[in-house]
Amino acid sequence: MSAGLTDDVIAAVATPAGQGGVGIVRVSGAGAQVIGQTICQKKLLPKTIIYTKFYSQNEVIDQGIVLFFQDGASFTGEEVVEFHGHGSPVVLQRLLDTVCHQGARLAQPGEFSQRAFLNGKIDLTQAEAIADLISSTSVAASKAAMRSLQGVFSQQINQLAESTAQLRMRVEACIDFPDEDIEFLQDIEFEQKISQLIAQLEHLYRECQQGQRLNDGAAIAMLGAPNAGKSSLLNCLSGEETAIVTDIPGTTRDLLKVDLLVKGMAVRLVDTAGLRDSDDEIEKIGVAKAIKQAKLADLILVIIDADQLPPDEWEKHISGLLISIEPDIPIIIVMNKVDLLGPDRPVNSHINEYPVFWISAKQSSGLEQLKDGILQILGVTPSETIFIARARHLEALDDALHHLMLSRKEIIGHQAIEIMAEELNLAHQSLGEIVGAVTPDDLLGRIFSEFCIGK
Amino acid sequence: MQYPDHFDVIVVGGGHAGTEAAAAAARMGAATLLLTQNIETIGQMSCNPAVGGIGKSHLVAEIDAMDGLMARATDRAGIHFKVLNASKGPAVRAKRAQADRSLYRAAVRELLEHQDNLKIFQQSVTDFVIEGDRVKGVVTQMGLTFRCQTIVLTTGTFLGGKIHIGVESHAGGRAGDAPSIALADKLRALPFRVGRLKTGTPPRIDGRTVDFDRLESQHGDNPRPVMSALNSRDDHPEQVACHITRTNPKTHQIIEENLSRSAMYSGAIEGIGPRYCPSIEDKVVRFADKTTHQIFVEPEGLGTTELYPNGISTSLPFDAQLAFVRSIEGFENAHITRPGYAIEYDFFDPRDLQYSLQTKAVEGLFFAGQINGTTGYEEAGAQGLLAGINAALFVQNQPFWEPRRDEAYIGVLIDDLIQLGTSEPYRMFTSRAEFRLRLREDNADQRLTERGIDLGVVGQQRAKHYRTKMDELKVLQKQVEQIWVTPGSEMASCFEVELTKNTPLPSILKRPEVTARHLQAAWPEVSPVLISQVLIETKYAGYISRQDDEIAKIRRHESMQIPQDMDFSSLDGLSNELRQKLAHNRPATLARAARIPGMTPAALSILLVHAKKAAVH
Repeated sequence: MSAGLTDDVIAAVATPAGQGGVGIVRVSGAGAQVIGQTICQKKLLPKTIIYTKFYSQNEVIDQGIVLFFQDGASFTGEEVVEFHGHGSPVVLQRLLDTVCHQGARLAQPGEFSQRAFLNGKIDLTQAEAIADLISSTSVAASKAAMRSLQGVFSQQINQLAESTAQLRMRVEACIDFPDEDIEFLQDIEFEQKISQLIAQLEHLYRECQQGQRLNDGAAIAMLGAPNAGKSSLLNCLSGEETAIVTDIPGTTRDLLKVDLLVKGMAVRLVDTAGLRDSDDEIEKIGVAKAIKQAKLADLILVIIDADQLPPDEWEKHISGLLISIEPDIPIIIVMNKVDLLGPDRPVNSHINEYPVFWISAKQSSGLEQLKDGILQILGVTPSETIFIARARHLEALDDALHHLMLSRKEIIGHQAIEIMAEELNLAHQSLGEIVGAVTPDDLLGRIFSEFCIGK
Repeated sequence: MQYPDHFDVIVVGGGHAGTEAAAAAARMGAATLLLTQNIETIGQMSCNPAVGGIGKSHLVAEIDAMDGLMARATDRAGIHFKVLNASKGPAVRAKRAQADRSLYRAAVRELLEHQDNLKIFQQSVTDFVIEGDRVKGVVTQMGLTFRCQTIVLTTGTFLGGKIHIGVESHAGGRAGDAPSIALADKLRALPFRVGRLKTGTPPRIDGRTVDFDRLESQHGDNPRPVMSALNSRDDHPEQVACHITRTNPKTHQIIEENLSRSAMYSGAIEGIGPRYCPSIEDKVVRFADKTTHQIFVEPEGLGTTELYPNGISTSLPFDAQLAFVRSIEGFENAHITRPGYAIEYDFFDPRDLQYSLQTKAVEGLFFAGQINGTTGYEEAGAQGLLAGINAALFVQNQPFWEPRRDEAYIGVLIDDLIQLGTSEPYRMFTSRAEFRLRLREDNADQRLTERGIDLGVVGQQRAKHYRTKMDELKVLQKQVEQIWVTPGSEMASCFEVELTKNTPLPSILKRPEVTARHLQAAWPEVSPVLISQVLIETKYAGYISRQDDEIAKIRRHESMQIPQDMDFSSLDGLSNELRQKLAHNRPATLARAARIPGMTPAALSILLVHAKKAAVH
């Protein structure tokens, strides 16, 4: 569990995701000054702004200005160093890696604000807001990370955690039940299994690193009945004819993803198959994919053909579309085709408590208001971007790998099984940060169900 | 009548929890009374005649470090000693002794009878005197009232005890004693959650009817380990061998044919048995692919021919017991001296206790031992020690002794019970201790004795022994840190390692191939105990310091209290599952919340903010 009270140094990118002019890495905690001085290779003085190069080892990775705030004089109430460099995600990631290499750790969602609060820098009345911030950013971050690692990745990580649990179960059984006449684990078997695990983990780590798309933005899924105008809206927002737009319901059978900037913010718009009951196998798959995509989204746009659907069916229709969606995902209702309605059309600002925007994709009207609405909802999570969330996962994988290797060294070098067990435990804890922790009771339960223990 | 003397602490029950509790309270100077239904059964080993084992001997060492009875009694009664996991690392090594039951009882009784401040009285307790929410005394069967400030209740499996053999069942305590029905009824009327557990014993066998030539024999270790830091091998009685035999397909067939008549399988038993100690019926059914199960044949004592065949506990009817026992190699002509049986008993949900083992509902009332859902002499003794110390501290108006998980297996035991409760008889395993590398048998005294001296529970003899060891150890540790070994020197040759340059001694000691033998060769004049101590601490140093960081974090979290009235259901950002777990467990501190399964760093952050907010208010 890494949510310490304030004893260690935390770091994060403080500027919003995506390409921007200036990028800020913020470092807070006792020791931030030393880290700052190592990276700038200069002495940092309070209340002084200097322009300097940023070094990793002896290589220059960026240059910019650096600010140092003394204990008590900063936003968090701790020693704080801020690096203002170039906004490229790649450069920022490199800088953040360097800071972490010098002894900082990646901040948890909302942790800077939390420290400010704990150190009395934020008024008590804001406590709720900070708790909300932590909860919303952590939900967003874990969702973003799961999305970035979804499918094959999450399966593989779960499988790795399961294999680690299996191995630990056998090692713990060797330790706790030595006088059962059961061969829990032979050396050769252990070596094979742990080497296999290490190989899988290395492979996964490489894939994750390669797969990292640093400019991934927030994900917006579009849901709606066939031909409600999802693809047209996507085209409007992206300004290109990317989706096939036809009058035949169910045209979009596969997912269509478009990365675009909405008023400067990177988003990924995912167009889904129209949601409806269908006998067409391919379309069924498309519908299932749509629902899965919607569950992973940061925001869902529900598109409704305001012309086709009578107003007294809207509520029911919307509830139907969202039936298998978690209630914590923000939702915007987009009423399309207002151009076909008469002048006395309804003007609801909310349906089922969701905000409503009235647009016409065909005539490109109402789009500015919609974009503002999207930004307002997504704007609450400026610093918790996918790549930070994913960096945390990568860090966990790297830790797990390190401990597995140390564990293997014990079996090859010397039979210190309790050290082996300790390293396996640490590896398991690292994986547990992604997939959830396993308690000693779980392991014991596995032992008792697998082996006939007991005199 | 009301007994004229007033006691500080009354301990009810003379088993392993009760005797440790009574002795500990008395050592601390409290005027203590031990009430037992039968003085002859004080210190009775009602299950198998062995003390120790993995995880359990760690508890015994900790009881010893606090100057308790168990290790000392085991040395006087042990007739077969072994070190388990001898080929594995020091953190997971453990001792186990087979004990002579009557010698063990005699040893415990003698230790108690020589204990100042302690009186013993034989009489069943039938009721408590409670005024307000506070205990004031107990009433015994004959109507005698004893006044006191605190009660430690250690009634084991006697509360609502019910014995099953086949389809027959009757009320009973263990090993032929009467159950405590009256007391069970009184306790059920108090606001404690009650559960039902079960355990079983095997049929005992007359050794004269066993063909030992057909059994594999197993001798104790040489050199023989010693349980108590204050004892030596000279304290041990005569040593004997144990034996091993096995069940076979014929045995399993007999058991299967009679399953419908087993109390376990006929549905007569509602209590939950331990998964790690299944009945032979369970083993045959659940692991049907295994054609044989090991039986460890333990001698009951030096002065008896009776044997305890560990591994075939059963609640089958007697005729089936006899048939399956006689199908086993070496037991073909066996005579059963006592049938096996299953026993069901009440236990009180330990989540209704505080860390001192005082009940939340009644001030001055402490529970220890099997009554709290544990099994095993060692687990019982550890709780008894803690409850006895805390009852005395209560009387002295001093803060309680609540060892943490990183300090002692006793801390792990109590924390597990109070935080998680238990759904089966709870037994200690080393895998329950996340700080296993620190919590070793060899350093139990270093972890606890100093505190024991401060509390006044450790006597002068042990205090002196401990201080001498620590003084010598400190000198030795300092030397180790300062020595550099020169290639080709006499010292280098002792370690049998290749050196290319002057090397600090600790980095040589950390090499896996360097063992106690090498260090002893370099320092022949130093005692083996200290040699191994220095070596272990050097080898584990890296892991220990990592754990130190982890512990520091936990302590900070411990300092952050979570208000007992916090409404977890209103906290945003927590999963429903987690909210339910929090509401159910009601962790008192952030550190305890962190140990709830499924807890995430983000959820902990949210709790922290709310806890801090409540603290400022």
